[in-house]
Amino acid sequence: MFGLSLSFLPFIGSSSAPDTTTSGVDVLDEPGTDGPVVLSYEAVEELGRKLDDLRARTVADLGQEDRDYIFKIIKAQRGLEVAGRGLMYFGFFPPAWIAAVSALSLSKILDNMEIGHNVMHGQYDWMREPGLNSKVFEWDNTCPGDQWRHSHNYMHHTYTNILDMDRDIGYGILRMDSAQKWNPYYLGNPIYAFLLMTFFEWGVMLHDLEAENVIQGKRKWHDVKPLLEGWWKKAGRQVLKDYIVFPALTGPMFVPTLVGNFTANIVRNVWAYSIIFCGHFPTGVQTFTVEETAQETRGQWYVRQMLGSANIEGGQLFHIMSGNLSHQIEHHLFPDLPAHRYPQIAPEVKALCEEYGLPYNTGGFFHQIGTVWGKIFRLALPDRFTGVDKVTGVIIEREKAAA
Amino acid sequence: MSIATTPTSRGRRSSLLSRLRPRLLETLTTPHAVDRYLELVDPMMTVDDMRAEVVAVRHQTPDTVTLTLRPTWQWKGFAAGHFVQIGVVVDGVRHTRCYSPAGTAGTDDDTIELTVKAQPDGIVSNYLVASAKPGLVVNLAPATGTFELPSPRPDHVLLISGGSGITPVMSMLRTLVHEGYTGRVAFLHYAYTENDVCYRAELDRIAAENDNVDVLYAYTDQQNGGHLHGFFDTEHLNVAAPWHASAQTFLCGPPGLMKGVRSVFDELGLSESLFSEEFVTAVPVVDGDASGTVSFSGSSVEAENDGATLLEQAENAGLTPEFGCRMGICFTCTAIKKSGCTRNVKTGELDSDPDNEIQLCISVPVGDVDIDV
Ligand code: FES
Repeated sequence: MFGLSLSFLPFIGSSSAPDTTTSGVDVLDEPGTDGPVVLSYEAVEELGRKLDDLRARTVADLGQEDRDYIFKIIKAQRGLEVAGRGLMYFGFFPPAWIAAVSALSLSKILDNMEIGHNVMHGQYDWMREPGLNSKVFEWDNTCPGDQWRHSHNYMHHTYTNILDMDRDIGYGILRMDSAQKWNPYYLGNPIYAFLLMTFFEWGVMLHDLEAENVIQGKRKWHDVKPLLEGWWKKAGRQVLKDYIVFPALTGPMFVPTLVGNFTANIVRNVWAYSIIFCGHFPTGVQTFTVEETAQETRGQWYVRQMLGSANIEGGQLFHIMSGNLSHQIEHHLFPDLPAHRYPQIAPEVKALCEEYGLPYNTGGFFHQIGTVWGKIFRLALPDRFTGVDKVTGVIIEREKAAA
Repeated sequence: MSIATTPTSRGRRSSLLSRLRPRLLETLTTPHAVDRYLELVDPMMTVDDMRAEVVAVRHQTPDTVTLTLRPTWQWKGFAAGHFVQIGVVVDGVRHTRCYSPAGTAGTDDDTIELTVKAQPDGIVSNYLVASAKPGLVVNLAPATGTFELPSPRPDHVLLISGGSGITPVMSMLRTLVHEGYTGRVAFLHYAYTENDVCYRAELDRIAAENDNVDVLYAYTDQQNGGHLHGFFDTEHLNVAAPWHASAQTFLCGPPGLMKGVRSVFDELGLSESLFSEEFVTAVPVVDGDASGTVSFSGSSVEAENDGATLLEQAENAGLTPEFGCRMGICFTCTAIKKSGCTRNVKTGELDSDPDNEIQLCISVPVGDVDIDV
């Protein structure tokens, strides 16, 4: 299916086998379909109304249960954090050190994903709880909340998968779509991806800088200066806490604590990167052009979100640890609904996809991340070696048909 | 004008917590506030956030509840007539409302007494009347307000109240009595019937024990008993306080009473000596109404409501509020609506709560609206 056997890359060998009918590409292979699915203007609008209705029903149902849920998660996160910090005092005893790092890693993952990401999306603003307000919330991450709200909530969620608009496609570093023109720089694609994964929080922090635009002189100092100030304040405090104050508090355990805190940050980074990359880059997700999306209706916006996102299957704990971004499709349709509601509305979204012949891109974690890395390696090479064409699984009729 | 009472505060935990507050603690809990950890252990154990715990609940009349609150150590006391804002969670949502403490100001008693009357459609008032129990913890903001007894105290004081408007003037009366005030005081209270009067036993006791204090009940739905019947007029005023011309009058009650009293005082040329506290009344909701004025009070700009979204109206008025997606996704444009009613164009929902956060890009004003932009 890649037009190139990647079996020489051992860890993606298995995942390049023909996959299930749930990915966008394979819809084409279904009996009776010999081209992309074509959705009429009216069908898209009707689908949009159904999704609006689903949203309204969910919003009407929000209440004490959702409040209890998020506070339960916060309590668990704070408990893990306190446990992790406390166990570092016993860092001389290897099992205790491992337990400390595990607890702290879990705490940071919960803080960033099920709490931070979701609260900063405004998912809990309806509670009017000052401590959980999207405008002021901060997370355990070097990226200041306000910069992330701009690069993620606004840029990424508004222009999802529109090439040259959605900077999450490759983050200005990677080639993640065959429509990004190849150049020799991209030979390093897997290396850049590996570094981004390891130091993800710093990559997220740098996201709003648009480094390549600064290098090319398209961004001026006065655009960049406030970002630097934000980093100094936010990242500075994070570094002070994890690499100076907490290690110092454990006295003779300074070095084990410092290494433990560093490890917990890396574990969180690898996990967050993996979950997030599974959201938009597995095989079968579709990208769009600025021209085709210029005059988008609400229904068309919805369909773009569905085609541009992919889910990960898993159990309840997996969903919580991924901040329910394992329900990336539902998240992109309704970014401001409390994420723990996504599993509940997913069957309805999936049924709508089936009804309209749309792909509902989902798969196990190892399958999805496998296809992501496959893409990272494949797109490192120029197209003439890989022979990859841009996949268009669904064509959206964006104009009303003439009467 | 100075504040009549000296705020008193000797919070039990004040000294301990304020000394426990070095920057180190904040560094350890960054990026979250210290209170975000402490509150999980005990919601009353806070460094920054002021809270209060309900310690006693009593029902004086069928549709009211009187709560005694014990605030956290940050509480600085209140002046008689001031109001406090409390935040109460109802069905997962924290609602804030203002109430006037009814207790004696300027004592060492660090509790706050609030009397809340159930309002039709009142989310918070109905919840408190039906379900407030000792142990309930609410958010609390410092007492504030301009309705207060002047210092030094006036020669004579007339207090007029209606319904649950009794609380700030009850506080004034209790405070005056506590201070040993010797001028004449008349306390004129309006209620539907004698069963609707809060604090009756205490008011009667105060009147019996203090020669300089007269307490009069006026019933609007009851023809016998009490001292007066029907609505406020010059006759009521003359019966209650024939000396009103040399008094300062403090008034709090429903809009009808406020209007009646004001027009009588205007006629008598006494409006200078009348001080009042208005109840915040809900704005009437008229759907699809593109009239009224939009006030962007954060920048003192006003515009005629043209029915467009508040983001557009703000921009047309030359303002530059922050925005992102302009379609209700990113919450960049969230601003505080101080008063008025708005409609969410995505959901059709109407919102007439004061001091609520709304998304400018998907909200249209319905009538007069005041936005903090
Ligand atoms: S501008 Fe994005 S929610 Fe209003």
